[in-house]
Amino acid sequence: MTTAAPAPAKGVLRRGFGILWVAVREQPGVFTISAVGSLLFALTTIAQAYVFGAITNRVIVPSIRDGEVGPAALALSMLAVMLVATLKVAGIVARRLGAGIMQYRLQASYRQRVTRRYLSLPFSWHQRHPTGELLSNASSDVEATWAPIAPFPFAVGVVVMLVGTVGLLLATDPVLAVVGSVVFPTIAVLTVLYSRRMSPLITEAQQLRGEVSGIAHESFDGALVVKTLGREGSETDRFQAKAQELRDTMIRVGRVRGLFDPVMESLPSFGVLVVLYVGTNRVGSGAIDAGELVRVAYLFTLLAFPVRAIGWVLNEMPRSVVGWDRVQRVLTATGNQSYGTERLAPGPAPTTLELAGVGFSYGDVEVLHDVSFEVAAGRTVAVVGPTGSGKSSLASLLVRLVDPDRGTVRLDGHDLRDLAPGALAEVAALVPQSAFLFDDSVRGNVTLGAELTDEDVWAALRVAQADGFVAALPRGLDTVVGERGTTLSGGQRQRLALARAIVRRPRLLVMDDATSAVDPSVEQRILAGLRHAASTVVVVAYRRATIALADEVVYVAGGRLADRGTHAELTERSPGYRELVTAYSRAEAEPTVGAA
Amino acid sequence: MTVTLAPAADTAGTVDTRTVERGAIATLAHGLRTTPEFREGLLVTVLLALLATAGRVVVPVAVQQTIDRGLSGDSPDTDLVRRACLLAGVAVLVTALASYRMNVRLYRTTESGLAALRVRAFRRIHDLSVLHQAAERRGSLVSRVTSDVDTISTFMQWGGLLIVVSVAQVLLATVLMLFWSWQLTVVVYVCFLPLVLSIRSLQKRLQVAYQLVRLRIGELLGAVAESVVGASVIRAHAVEARTAERVDLAVDHARSSQTKAQRIAAVTFSAGELTAAFATGAVIVVGVLLGVDGDITTGRLVGFLFLVTLFVQPVQVATEVLNEAQNAVAGLRRVLGVLDTPTDVADPGEGGTAGRDLPDGPIAVRFLDTGFAYPGGPEVLSDVDLEIAPRTRVAVVGETGSGKTTLAKLLTRLMDPTRGQVLLSGVPLTDLRFASLRQRVVMVPQDGFLFDASVADNVRYGRADLTDAGVLAAFVALGLGDWVAGLGDGVASQVGERGESLSVGERQLVAIARAYVADPDLLVLDEATSAVDPATEVRLQRALDSLTRGRTTVAIAHRLSTAEGADEVLVVDRGRIVQRGPHAELVQVPGTYQDLHASWVSQSR
Repeated sequence: MTTAAPAPAKGVLRRGFGILWVAVREQPGVFTISAVGSLLFALTTIAQAYVFGAITNRVIVPSIRDGEVGPAALALSMLAVMLVATLKVAGIVARRLGAGIMQYRLQASYRQRVTRRYLSLPFSWHQRHPTGELLSNASSDVEATWAPIAPFPFAVGVVVMLVGTVGLLLATDPVLAVVGSVVFPTIAVLTVLYSRRMSPLITEAQQLRGEVSGIAHESFDGALVVKTLGREGSETDRFQAKAQELRDTMIRVGRVRGLFDPVMESLPSFGVLVVLYVGTNRVGSGAIDAGELVRVAYLFTLLAFPVRAIGWVLNEMPRSVVGWDRVQRVLTATGNQSYGTERLAPGPAPTTLELAGVGFSYGDVEVLHDVSFEVAAGRTVAVVGPTGSGKSSLASLLVRLVDPDRGTVRLDGHDLRDLAPGALAEVAALVPQSAFLFDDSVRGNVTLGAELTDEDVWAALRVAQADGFVAALPRGLDTVVGERGTTLSGGQRQRLALARAIVRRPRLLVMDDATSAVDPSVEQRILAGLRHAASTVVVVAYRRATIALADEVVYVAGGRLADRGTHAELTERSPGYRELVTAYSRAEAEPTVGAA
Repeated sequence: MTVTLAPAADTAGTVDTRTVERGAIATLAHGLRTTPEFREGLLVTVLLALLATAGRVVVPVAVQQTIDRGLSGDSPDTDLVRRACLLAGVAVLVTALASYRMNVRLYRTTESGLAALRVRAFRRIHDLSVLHQAAERRGSLVSRVTSDVDTISTFMQWGGLLIVVSVAQVLLATVLMLFWSWQLTVVVYVCFLPLVLSIRSLQKRLQVAYQLVRLRIGELLGAVAESVVGASVIRAHAVEARTAERVDLAVDHARSSQTKAQRIAAVTFSAGELTAAFATGAVIVVGVLLGVDGDITTGRLVGFLFLVTLFVQPVQVATEVLNEAQNAVAGLRRVLGVLDTPTDVADPGEGGTAGRDLPDGPIAVRFLDTGFAYPGGPEVLSDVDLEIAPRTRVAVVGETGSGKTTLAKLLTRLMDPTRGQVLLSGVPLTDLRFASLRQRVVMVPQDGFLFDASVADNVRYGRADLTDAGVLAAFVALGLGDWVAGLGDGVASQVGERGESLSVGERQLVAIARAYVADPDLLVLDEATSAVDPATEVRLQRALDSLTRGRTTVAIAHRLSTAEGADEVLVVDRGRIVQRGPHAELVQVPGTYQDLHASWVSQSR
């Protein structure tokens, strides 16, 4: 849900026009097409009135007065009307298509820029920003930024049209010009006033819609609690209170709109009536003729609607400015990770791993203090510790999702920060706790676009104990999984994520509780299979059996390295460790848990 | 679009499959019937709408009068024109006032109706068992009371209003045109006819185009979401470039679908403009010919040309409005679909005094040859015939999918058995008034769902009138006083969205307190599966002991330690109760329980 930030009160128009200028600079081609189209539309609109007046004067009035008509005059009239209309339509198409394409291109371009930025900003930046916010930056905020683009070329054309109208009025009759120069600016001003009154209400309604939706989400999610405690009634009351608040706001919206709409509608009508009255007097005094009067009256009718386009642009500006600011916050965000130029010596051999005095803070809280340990090449190390002890942070540091605030992490003696971009990913792989699958085939999810044969993929799936269920999928490796594909169980997702890491033959494999949803016996087979791989393995683990399989255990508590040794050693000498592992066993070993 | 809830019927069978697809008009009529708020003062609003559009024909009339009578003589009749203009001015003013009233009334009526519809649908959804049977459908149920209603609301205030005004405008213009010249009226109608006839097909093309846009935007958001949600994977495997390509592709697809829709919209719009021009030209030609024969005056002919402009906008916006209207009707149909779905588990006490209360005192449980099957599926629970004495603590164990949870749901009447019946203290569950049932029988669900409120507010879901002091007392009684004291603001601490400020174990503590204050006589525990840290584990056990003391308790056990501590163990396997008895006995005899237990021991000791 996008929480609508209050629009900055001052300078909105100035900044809004600044954004429009950016748009024009970035898309000059389509803007020119649509602006020219709009101009054509403006000119033909005026021409329409002119033709209309001329026909009235030269064809309709004399023909009916004299009771005779030449077919040439009629044909010419028809031709003139159709010609002007065709040009006008050409203008409309150019304007609408141009403006649409301009808007869509800008949206597309900024969406790409925002996601590019997401991809290059470090993981720590992602951790600081809620997912929902980032999604709305790329979707609704980009949309809001470029919302004024749709009516913008129209408005540009209308401004020209207004100038033209006043010119035409002046040429026809200065008195009528005065009427025009009062009515049209009033419409534009009223449109702005309207949006001023309206936009806070619309924002409020949007906010309330979000809250109504929030209550519904929460209440339905907690349906079991609501129902089993018989709280449906009070939940309905809670929902009703918010729904009625929304209703009241919408009724207020209706009042404002109800007031402005008729005013806007009737203003041009009043204008025409004034023109008729004043015009008749002017015809009487011989200043103008009947045709000119009709022309002016028709012009008023034609212009009443387009003039609002100016208002539409101004209307969207506050939202646009807010959206722009949010998008810019992403585009200008800093904190890129720096890279060096080093690469690890090539080869399939497992790497050594060394942490020296590593400290790491999450926000203001230091979650790891002065952690140092070494892992020899090819060893399997289990990281064990209570919830919140910093195990996941440790795992993130090993593959440089984040950088330590103090100390260094070294792989085969190279400080991770000195490695060239992509060099670390070639040798190290992390399997995170929550298995993330792309909306792609099984193959795509395992290879992630790398050039790998199906044999490689199947081999990795076998090690991850995923070959069985993948073979049973309707289209095997080509089955689409992830968001819109086949639904997999948690354990299956985890095993695919694991295969994704294994297929890369990592020389360092970091598993952050990556098999939590996998059946214990299956997990055993996975770990046994991994022992044949040429990898140094660091595994954040909870299950006693998993821990027992490791060569060594690193016991973390309170963000510090509390002890290290084999499982047997630690069980014997560390009471905290013993208690922890027993508690895990009690909770986790239940055979009914977990999807196989 | 069909009633979107229908697919749920396959899995849950709670949606009335007899609900036939209603046409748009029938849906609207049905909506008006179910929601009396919509009908309030409808006639007056429609009359106001007619009056409001009258102002639009005032100007053509004034033009006609000015030309025919004001300017017809040798010198202009200023007096007459002034009178005509003044009269027209008054008419415009009256129109504006009518328009204002109509707008206000329309908003009030529709918003009141929609709010009522929203609330009714919300309540009905809570009464449907699909809500907890098919968790994956929750999202779509939320949209029944949010976006579906919002679609109707948006339509009413833009498209709906436009339809009312356009229809009235075209009607009034036609009446006036007929009065001035029926021949020219025919000319205008003939000109607009092809366009009107093609509106439907244009609208269909537009609809297809817009559907594609929505689909593509959905895919685009999915691709963007991958780059955000998968941030760690993307970095760990250095697949930024590949992800960027995927996003680019989705962005491009979205953009080209938008452009295509825009093209259709522009063409449609232009067609209206061209038609109007053609009609204007035709009116001039035919009008002049008629005028030469003296069949129409100059003023009327010119006035006619003004009237033609009144046809343009309705035709131009018709396709878009029809589109919106279709979406709105589809939304309304979905909301009404919820309201039309009968509640499968009905409260016998609803709206009257029927139904029975549970007798006071501890509750005995009896399953009489009970079975349950989801519609069209095999029985997931069969031949359950058992009795649980008051104040007994029973643990139900079995593999995932064995039917344990179904048993709990039948016991709490979240669902009704398809065969046999369940009795509490001798009263069939189906006869029990919900007020009594929900007060005396409480279930603690697995996830211990918490609401985004304070700890105390969450506990009060169990008993609404409890004070903060009472909530604290409950925690103390459960041996959790020290835990509450350790929270920042004690019982006033906010738990965050879904209780995410608390750990999984802590959420369970609050859920236990919530059940405790409800003071039920039958407690159904669905044990959590996830691991909790040792300190919380100790607290949980202590709190559960206090909670279950002296109450009939049925625990869906995921840990065999729970079974060890129970008076009796029920072993469920493939939908049947295969063993029952105390742990000490069951563990001695070869069978399912012994296997489960052996496996557990090997894992944990």
